[in-house]
Amino acid sequence: MQTAILILIPLIAAIAQLFVPRKYGKRFAITASLITFVLCLVTFLQFPTSGDYQYVTNIPWIASLGINFKIGMDGISMLMVLLTTFLVPLIILSVVQSETRTPVFYSLILFMEMALIGVFVSLDGFLFYIFWELALIPIYFICLLWGGEHRVRVTLKFFIYTLAGSLFMLVALVYLYLHTASHTFEIGELYRAGRSLDAPTQGILFLFFFLAFGIKMPVFPLHTWQPDTYTEAPTQGTMLLSGIMLKMGIYGVIRWILPTLPLALSQYGDYAMWLAIIGVIYASIIAITRSDIKRLIAYSSIAHVGLIAAGVFAGNAIGVQGGIIQMLSHGINVVGLFFIVDILQRRTNTRKIGSMGGIRQQAPFFATAFLILTLGAVALPLTDGFVGEFLLINGIYIYKPVMAVVGGFTIILGAVYMFRTYQRTTLGETSVETEKFLDLTPNEKAVLIPLLIMVIVIGIWPNIFLKVSEPAVTKLLSGN
Amino acid sequence: MITLIILSGLGILTLFAQILRFRKGLFPVILVGLAAAFYFTSADYNSNPQPWFSSMLDFNHYAIAFSRSIIIIAFLWFMMARNYFLQETSATDHFALVIFSLVGAVSMVSYNNLTMLFLGIEILSLSAYVLAASDKGNILSNEAGFKYFLMGSFATGFLLFGITLIYGVSGSFDLHTIQQSIATHQQPGMVLIGILLLLVGLCFKASLVPFHFWAPDVYDGAPTPVTAYMATVVKTAAFGAFFRLFYICFPDMISQWANVLWWIVVLTLFIANITAVRQNSVKRMLAYSSIAHAGYLAIAIVSMNGDASGRAILYYTLTYSISTITAFTVLYMVARNSGREDFGAFEGLAKTNPFLSFVMVVAMLSLAGIPPTAGFFGKYYIFQNAIATHNTGLVLLAVIAALIGVFYYFRVIIAVYFKPEQSSIPITVGGLHRTVLFITTLLTILLGLFPDLILQWI
Repeated sequence: MQTAILILIPLIAAIAQLFVPRKYGKRFAITASLITFVLCLVTFLQFPTSGDYQYVTNIPWIASLGINFKIGMDGISMLMVLLTTFLVPLIILSVVQSETRTPVFYSLILFMEMALIGVFVSLDGFLFYIFWELALIPIYFICLLWGGEHRVRVTLKFFIYTLAGSLFMLVALVYLYLHTASHTFEIGELYRAGRSLDAPTQGILFLFFFLAFGIKMPVFPLHTWQPDTYTEAPTQGTMLLSGIMLKMGIYGVIRWILPTLPLALSQYGDYAMWLAIIGVIYASIIAITRSDIKRLIAYSSIAHVGLIAAGVFAGNAIGVQGGIIQMLSHGINVVGLFFIVDILQRRTNTRKIGSMGGIRQQAPFFATAFLILTLGAVALPLTDGFVGEFLLINGIYIYKPVMAVVGGFTIILGAVYMFRTYQRTTLGETSVETEKFLDLTPNEKAVLIPLLIMVIVIGIWPNIFLKVSEPAVTKLLSGN
Repeated sequence: MITLIILSGLGILTLFAQILRFRKGLFPVILVGLAAAFYFTSADYNSNPQPWFSSMLDFNHYAIAFSRSIIIIAFLWFMMARNYFLQETSATDHFALVIFSLVGAVSMVSYNNLTMLFLGIEILSLSAYVLAASDKGNILSNEAGFKYFLMGSFATGFLLFGITLIYGVSGSFDLHTIQQSIATHQQPGMVLIGILLLLVGLCFKASLVPFHFWAPDVYDGAPTPVTAYMATVVKTAAFGAFFRLFYICFPDMISQWANVLWWIVVLTLFIANITAVRQNSVKRMLAYSSIAHAGYLAIAIVSMNGDASGRAILYYTLTYSISTITAFTVLYMVARNSGREDFGAFEGLAKTNPFLSFVMVVAMLSLAGIPPTAGFFGKYYIFQNAIATHNTGLVLLAVIAALIGVFYYFRVIIAVYFKPEQSSIPITVGGLHRTVLFITTLLTILLGLFPDLILQWI
């Protein structure tokens, strides 16, 4: 029941939003998303230590085809939903007064929250696909209507890219469905159907699923839509894309590929992991050479996600647990960093790293916030990034040590581009652009402080979250 | 059977309306007549009806489902086309033609005899030829009517020749007798040629590549409401007839004809979708899109999966027609306002008329097959049947074609939200058009979420 309510509140709010007067638009959206978050937090605090699906709702939907509206949460879903509901209020709050956003904008964000939660709680293959696609429509319109100069071309590329991947996934899901005993999309039956297939068939399905999830994350070489889209999207769009939406891809790997296609994973998982690790190095090197700070963060996101993907494809409990905790930290860090970029851009009218400098004297609070997020991103111990990357590299090492060695470079390279960016924007002499740099407004503080707190909380007490997902991960990997 | 009687009566009444000076009140009468036809068709559903006229017609569940679907589409179409016909041409005779062509359409989905198929097609087509040319002062409309007539007659020739050969082998026009004759005797040569000729004839009617050349010009030249009629009712009836024939008559020869149709499908999907990307006129783009949708529908015939394929075609034709009516209604109003039919005419629509732009976006999403619209489930169900009958390769090709489709449908969406070069005049939407757009958009989303509402008809 709780699960259904978590989907319903954003949906109802998204519709009601259209009838709210323009000047109350933002306030209404924040209230609605905060209510969702509080409910989710309460559910999280009561969440039982069990690997089973909790709070299941199961209603027949398209009965003639064995499709049910079946939703519920295990520990993995719970954490993903918690991340989503935590970030959405902050994303809405990050809209500044000077930018006039119509109620449609907030409605689209709330609609997207509904779809994202839906993806994380679906226990029916068809329903999962519907939510998966539903999440694409609002973000497409957010980018198309409020994006930058080249938005038309870039967003269409993004849409077609991701749609292509998901259509292949749909073919794979239908194939699994036709191999279930009683023709149903129920997740357990699909698992059984997948495991009963021979290795070559599993391999083809693995490829189809990988296309969908790999494009969403994105994994090298399927990433070409990502830097352009992140750059052209409005700040809130970039936050939604990088903070939550790319987690759909990783979640998909954990939820669908690992338990359904074990034979294919042992055969082709190697290739997927090498692709992910090549992506880590490749994106890190490109990030070092970028001078546009938004593009730099976009590439750094590819690098971080590559490491998560590699850890998850390693298919052992440590790697998957690391992937889950790193999804939380990456969501928090990247949303914070994109907000920092947004502040920089609004104050200085530029995104060129070279033309900034000396902000620390003008705006000490801003500089501190930026520093903490940077430390989280470079995985310093006691920050959130450290826990995740440590577990991920540990998981990869168990699978194949050489991969861990190559993938571990991400920490060094990450430190290079993040610290260089921090140094050249905040330290040194002030430039023409940064002379009159104002410190954070109360609104901006309200966005950043919860994020900074979470950077530290996950860094020091990761077990709050790890213990929730642990039974579910064990159950998933044991193949029941 | 009662459907045919009501529709014929309604047609004759409409024809007399001009003489009886009954023009003003005619439109409500037509709507009431169609509603009555729908009601009595549904009443037939539970009564387990017998075949009529020495089994020339057989109103089984398949026939009733398609008749209902055709009546619904026609009902929406009349609401869309009323103003055009009342204001710009003589309404009564054209309305009568449309109702008579509905009689043909209902025969085409309920025939049990090849002569009845032929009669149904001719009744439908003859009215459509005249309707295409109904804008008498417009040379393009005249060209469309003439071209449609020539090509249509040509196709009918193929169809008749095919019927003749099949009759020569089986000695009967009755579908079930033909099926038994093919199953028991060994005369594949002549039967195969007969089937291929029937296939060519029906591909003409359904505008599948390479028999589609008439379609873009005819769709483009005909007045927009008539184009909407051809793209919806005519297409639904054509596929209803197509599937019925091959499902009842020729399931034993599927390995032979399915190979031919497989290539026709692939050619249709790619040629129509790629050509549609390159159009500048929205009307022509919709014409090619309608050919492309014929390609998806034909997948359901290639991958014959029992009644499930019939359900897939029923659902797809109905939802596709509903979205197409939305698209043509908006196009009609935009074109009337600006005098242009290219993508540029849609620029800035979101600013001047949010309602029109919203319904247009939903229609485009549905035609492109994006969830949760009905267009998605239509494609999904056809793909599922194809994978179930081991046509996964065809599905993968169709998926690529659907991705190409996103390009041109999204061109409309992008134009709608794009700032116009000069400020455009707001479009006034009449109450009737507002109602029809509201109903079609609601149905597009509702049927997408609850497809069982339609699937349970067969």
